[in-house]
Amino acid sequence: MSDTQKQVLLEVKGLTMDFGGLRAVDSIDLTVSAGEIAALIGPNGAGKTTFFNCVTGIYTPTGGDVLLHPQGKPTRRVNGKKPNVITTLGMARTFQNIRLFSDMTVLENVMIGRHCRTNTGLVGAILRGAAARREEQETVEFGYHLLEQVGLAEFANEYSKNLPYGAMRRLEIARAMATEPFLLLLDEPAAGMNPQETDELDALICRIRDEGKIAILLIEHDMKLVMNISDNIHVMEYGKKIATGTPQEIKDNPKVIEAYLGEEADA
Amino acid sequence: MKNLKQSLAVALWFIFLTFPLMVVKVNTSDQVVQWRWMNILWVGVTFFVLSFIWRYALVRKEARQMAALSGQDEHEKPTKFQELLEDQSLRYRLMLGLLAFALVFPWVFDTYQSTIMVSALIYVVLGLGLNITVGLAGLLDLGYVAFFAVGAYAYALLNHHFGLGFWTCLPLGAALGGIFGVILGFPILRLRGDYLAIVTLGFGMIVKVVLENWSEFSFGPSGIANIDRPSLFGLDMDIAASTTYIYYIMIALVILTIIVTGRLKNSRIGRAWIALREDEIACVAMGIDMAKTKMSAYALGACWAGMVGVVFAAKTTFINPASFTFMESAIILSIVVLGGMGSILGVILGAMILILMPEYLRAFSEYRMIIFGAAMVVMMIFRPQGIISNIRQKYEFKGLKEKSENV
Amino acid sequence: MEYFIELFLSGLTRGSIYALIALGYTMVYGIIQLINFAHGEIYMIGAFVAYIVCGVLTIYGFHGVSILIIAGLLAIVYSCAYGYTLEKVAYRPLRGAPRLSPLISAIGMSIFLQNYVLLAQTPDFLPFPALIPDFAFMEPIAHIIGSAELVILVTTMVTMVMLTLLIKYTKIGKAMRATQQDMSMARLVGVNVDRVISTTFIIGSALAAIGGVLVASYIGQVNFYIGFLAGVKAFTAAVLGGIGSIPGAVIGGLVLGLTESFAAGYVSSDYEDVFAFGLLVLILIMRPAGILGKATKQKV
Ligand SMILES: Nc1ncnc2c1ncn2[C@@H]1O[C@H](COP(=O)(O)OP(=O)(O)OP(=O)(O)O)[C@@H](O)[C@H]1O
Ligand SMILES: [Mg+2]
Repeated sequence: MSDTQKQVLLEVKGLTMDFGGLRAVDSIDLTVSAGEIAALIGPNGAGKTTFFNCVTGIYTPTGGDVLLHPQGKPTRRVNGKKPNVITTLGMARTFQNIRLFSDMTVLENVMIGRHCRTNTGLVGAILRGAAARREEQETVEFGYHLLEQVGLAEFANEYSKNLPYGAMRRLEIARAMATEPFLLLLDEPAAGMNPQETDELDALICRIRDEGKIAILLIEHDMKLVMNISDNIHVMEYGKKIATGTPQEIKDNPKVIEAYLGEEADA
Repeated sequence: MKNLKQSLAVALWFIFLTFPLMVVKVNTSDQVVQWRWMNILWVGVTFFVLSFIWRYALVRKEARQMAALSGQDEHEKPTKFQELLEDQSLRYRLMLGLLAFALVFPWVFDTYQSTIMVSALIYVVLGLGLNITVGLAGLLDLGYVAFFAVGAYAYALLNHHFGLGFWTCLPLGAALGGIFGVILGFPILRLRGDYLAIVTLGFGMIVKVVLENWSEFSFGPSGIANIDRPSLFGLDMDIAASTTYIYYIMIALVILTIIVTGRLKNSRIGRAWIALREDEIACVAMGIDMAKTKMSAYALGACWAGMVGVVFAAKTTFINPASFTFMESAIILSIVVLGGMGSILGVILGAMILILMPEYLRAFSEYRMIIFGAAMVVMMIFRPQGIISNIRQKYEFKGLKEKSENV
Repeated sequence: MEYFIELFLSGLTRGSIYALIALGYTMVYGIIQLINFAHGEIYMIGAFVAYIVCGVLTIYGFHGVSILIIAGLLAIVYSCAYGYTLEKVAYRPLRGAPRLSPLISAIGMSIFLQNYVLLAQTPDFLPFPALIPDFAFMEPIAHIIGSAELVILVTTMVTMVMLTLLIKYTKIGKAMRATQQDMSMARLVGVNVDRVISTTFIIGSALAAIGGVLVASYIGQVNFYIGFLAGVKAFTAAVLGGIGSIPGAVIGGLVLGLTESFAAGYVSSDYEDVFAFGLLVLILIMRPAGILGKATKQKV
């Protein structure tokens, strides 16, 4: 790997989130570099989704720092910033419990992702001048190409609520990619998918990294997928980070084994 | 048999429920009680029948939901009617026919009919305006009539004090409506959905209270009379001619509204509104500025109310606070809800039905509000998408497909 | 100073009525997150039934306290029946529907019930008999606080204490609290959620009926429209105090009542509604969760 590819994109320092008495995320440090696929794993309730929510501005963290280093642009400290600001800066996400716009078509869902990269205003939309029409056309084309990439082009004009479950997950990814992020956060993208769909997802994620030059941080319970595609794995338990390393290191880490075995013993 | 028993029980329950209000009527000054026993029979029979229909409809609704859950998208199959509407060319022909009818209307029917039609058209614009706020952006505004009042009073006062004409005030009314929308929107648009409903309701009431009590400004409950009708190159017009003139102004405004809202609906802005309605969190996570988006929907909705407020004042030549009650807001809201939230054609139809029906069926007008109320409930339970459900634009990709295949 | 005390006491009276009605809103909202717009109409129906029963009983020669008790009880019974039916017809089929649907259904129900009473009875204001006698022992302070006001204050207080006990110690009270915390969890541990919701509506309606009878007899008239403004004000009180919180509803009611009373007394009674809503907007902006409400983050 060349030096430019190793540039750090996301730097999280001592991130903490309290809900009343509950510390859901406890001083987590984590970095994601360009060209990397990183995974965040841990038992149910470990605080992974809460970590995503803090990083993407859905929650305001109670402590710590979230720094974004867009390539060729100054570093930004984004804790407490609104989610739309963070997305516009170049970090997009999907949701664990799918949150599509169900009464819009599949294509329109992706077009929503283009909102922050386009700028037709009220007046432009009403007058529908040449610029507005061109931008609209570009939005449609961009969206359509993204749908092709995730294999949903044939459903473009369907309502998103009528999609099968696995397709919904892929649409979430396409919608997030429409915002042209440099870093993509995926919250359990394989949940509810069958093995074949998971394999396709595996390939899709690698393609996004290689062709789209987008770094990826994903939460996932499917260990096979995680071990397959991740460059680095971070393990959380009870809000704390208990391990970081390559898939092989994680596999052999006794703490991790205990965390997962402990969970199984509980369940 | 079980059904029969159940319906009988329902009928008895409602007889019990309505007994004091439907049967007994006391006149305290004459010290007599009027017993209206016949009403028991009516209530009993009505609810006996209704309970059958109600149960049947509920069962069907559940069946549809089950079908949807188990993957058979039966309910998504559009009805014949809906399918016809989605046919572009038919829709255009329908629109053209309607337009032709609208244009000859004042020549075929008399002034009285035109007057009624003008009020219906005013409600069409109000409905389409509120449709932006409630139907597209999902912001439940229960004080919409306040912006209507802003427009009406703006014209009435400017006309009274400074002699400003209709055509000067029309854009002013729209602008003032929008400005009021922005001023009010600032504090309240951060509120959670249902709080927004109650605060807008309060705002509507405040405007009415102020208009009633601040006599130096608004002439209090007695209102403002002798407002000028719209002028046409200084021509002198009798009432009939003037009504026809206002009628055409309204037709033009309706067309303008349809074009504007139609374009907005399928634009970058309109999509952001709908996304906001569907899921606020996903919407901001996709990079949409919530405050800006809400504000634009709220203020733009208010603009239309301000604009037709001016027409309303010019048409009636007299306004007072009594025209701007919560009931008015509720009627406009029912137009949007019954017509179909987000659907332009639906809202137009809704306004026509809701406003014209009571005009033509005088006997019905007494019952109009109670029917509105019941219809809102029934509609929400059995057909939440309204008479005509919102249709999203479909895009063509002929060129695109080939292009990507070549790559 | 005496004027101040007078205003304070009338604010307290007014506020305690708001609190009674607000409790219905807050309990329902706490459990199913719905603004029960028709709650004000339940209050109005309570007052109307009391009016009719009073009229009939007076004409048939009943007297004083017996009228008060029978009319009060029937008003409560009927309000509860209406509240129960309202939930079953207009809200239960909409469980799980998008949030706007039950709210619009509630507005529709409110319009329906108002016009039902208007058509079945009359659009006019009707004189409501003063059911509460002037107590002799109140004579010396009657210029500051009337007997009717005292009865309202005492009744409200007793009702609140009973409600608190009910929710704290009875089985249904516990089930209500469980459902409020987490409906699906409550269902899992065997709480009959439908029954809890029905009970909540019934309790709320009973409180509204008590408020309705007290106010009607205090103000001396009823009309199909009285529920609307009272309902809106009471909801304002519930939001002020922090919706979903029972002590919050009481505090919100009192704060609202006192604000209105002082605004009417020192500024102008024409604008008391403006003050009420101004206060609401102010509180919502500064403390969106209300005075006692806890700010909770929506789980994503
Ligand atoms: N908004 C909230 N308010 C209160 N507690 C919360 C909130 N969101 C999350 N929590 C709590 O924080 C803890 C971590 O939850 P989180 O959803 O982050 O876990 P997770 O690691 O994503 O689990 P899973 O693998 O099941 O998705 C849990 O105990 C949860 O109950
Ligand atoms: Mg999670």
